[in-house]
Amino acid sequence: MSAADLPNASDVEQTAADWLEHRASDDWSEARDAELEIWLAQSPAHAVAFMRLEAAWNRTTRLAALQQPMLRKPLQGTTQPSRRPALKIAAAVMVTAAISVGGSLLAVHQKDQTFATTIGGREALSLVDGSKIELNTDTVLRMANGAGERKVWLDRGEAYFDIKHDAAHPFVVMVGDHRVTDLGTKFIVRQEGDRVEVKLLEGSARLDANSGLPAQSAVLKPGDVAIATADQTSVTKKPVKELTQELGWRRGVLTFDHTTLAEAVAEFNRYNRQKIVIADRAAAKLEIGGTFPSDDVKLFGRATHIALGLRVEDKGNQLVISQ
Amino acid sequence: MMEPPDNGREDIARRLGAAMTVSEARAWFVAEVLPLESVLMQYIQRNWRNQSEIADIRQEVYVRVYEAAQREIPEHAKPFVLTTARNILINRVRREHVVPIEAVADLESLGAAADEPPPDRAVMAREELRRLQLALDHLPPRAREAVVMKQIDGLSRRDIAARMGVGEETVKRHLTNGMRALADFLYGEPTDLRKKP
Repeated sequence: MSAADLPNASDVEQTAADWLEHRASDDWSEARDAELEIWLAQSPAHAVAFMRLEAAWNRTTRLAALQQPMLRKPLQGTTQPSRRPALKIAAAVMVTAAISVGGSLLAVHQKDQTFATTIGGREALSLVDGSKIELNTDTVLRMANGAGERKVWLDRGEAYFDIKHDAAHPFVVMVGDHRVTDLGTKFIVRQEGDRVEVKLLEGSARLDANSGLPAQSAVLKPGDVAIATADQTSVTKKPVKELTQELGWRRGVLTFDHTTLAEAVAEFNRYNRQKIVIADRAAAKLEIGGTFPSDDVKLFGRATHIALGLRVEDKGNQLVISQ
Repeated sequence: MMEPPDNGREDIARRLGAAMTVSEARAWFVAEVLPLESVLMQYIQRNWRNQSEIADIRQEVYVRVYEAAQREIPEHAKPFVLTTARNILINRVRREHVVPIEAVADLESLGAAADEPPPDRAVMAREELRRLQLALDHLPPRAREAVVMKQIDGLSRRDIAARMGVGEETVKRHLTNGMRALADFLYGEPTDLRKKP
């Protein structure tokens, strides 16, 4: 049709499939990347057809999980290459095994469902009760399988919770010895070493932190940021808008606003295998702002070069930034 | 090393901005638009008589939506996608100087369709595996065999060809057929195959 000015959809889809098949094969070379980019840029019809096939094709990597009857739900971020799932499944199995060492809890834990994401991965889960959980990069979450029980363990990483409140069956997030109980809410929980961070966006939640004795309890309100470590708990306040901005990872972006380069780089390094290294202290203190795709280390490197005039060197597994 | 700062800094900044927009638009398209495909397809099929044009109409909707997202990500994907589809259908009706009566009537009901709750795009993991298994089951046998060897066993095209006793070109064809059928099933199948929210 002339008004559409678009090529035949079926032809485009076949060509997109040819590219995708070729890229997934052994005879693909880096020089081909550029040719593919040119084809994609030729028409938005090429781009949408390729994205669609690629997204569906990447989803099928999860089928590898079906071969793991013990652990039915190891998951991948939608953009992960196909070779990675096996590794992640192995890692997730190890986590389950480690937890089961206690002995008596073995049977219970075998019934739990384990969800895991790789570095750079994301996963959204929706529960039968209408609640939603979104896993960020490099995260392991277990879910109790008992009837009527609403309990999860965040073993590693970060997750966003949007919980349908049910007073009779409170939703509980366990992070180590700390417990977060929802009172009808949206909140984020992040675990890093022995530090647990709970940020509340909507509603309220109770945090029972096991930070020494006596146990500390706090009811969190929107904007509250609670940080519990092995020996103390503190609650500070942030504008809810800022917390919402921190949720950019849910759509694959990181937003910085007068953020020091050191902090921005630490964020980026959570999402990527290629790590950014700041070579001198002065550069680490510079501030940067903007919204960046969380999986594009090189783009962020270019931004620091343009915005801050820094030198950027790509050394393969590292991107070194210096003044 | 990156380009030195004096080498057209403004141009680099512009390209940088463009690259970020494209990357964001791509992420949004995959996460928000593709899961709406079954709804979109139902809408187009209900409102367009000539079934042979449906793939082209879908393509046009996706292109317009993606182009718009590169300028600015729409806040709500579903009404945006359906409104785009409606406008494209109306334009086609005008262009072809035929007015399918039922199409016009159904277009009026779009308001209601746009207000429905979004489909449950965050599908529970078990449900996702079940769907993937179903999608695989729906493939033609040879395509399924090739896809399983490629995606689950991680075999190369050459190894798959050897095991299937066919040439690499045939494996290629099975794989690309498989890719297309998988996308149709995973995104285009009606919601009754999906888990209820």
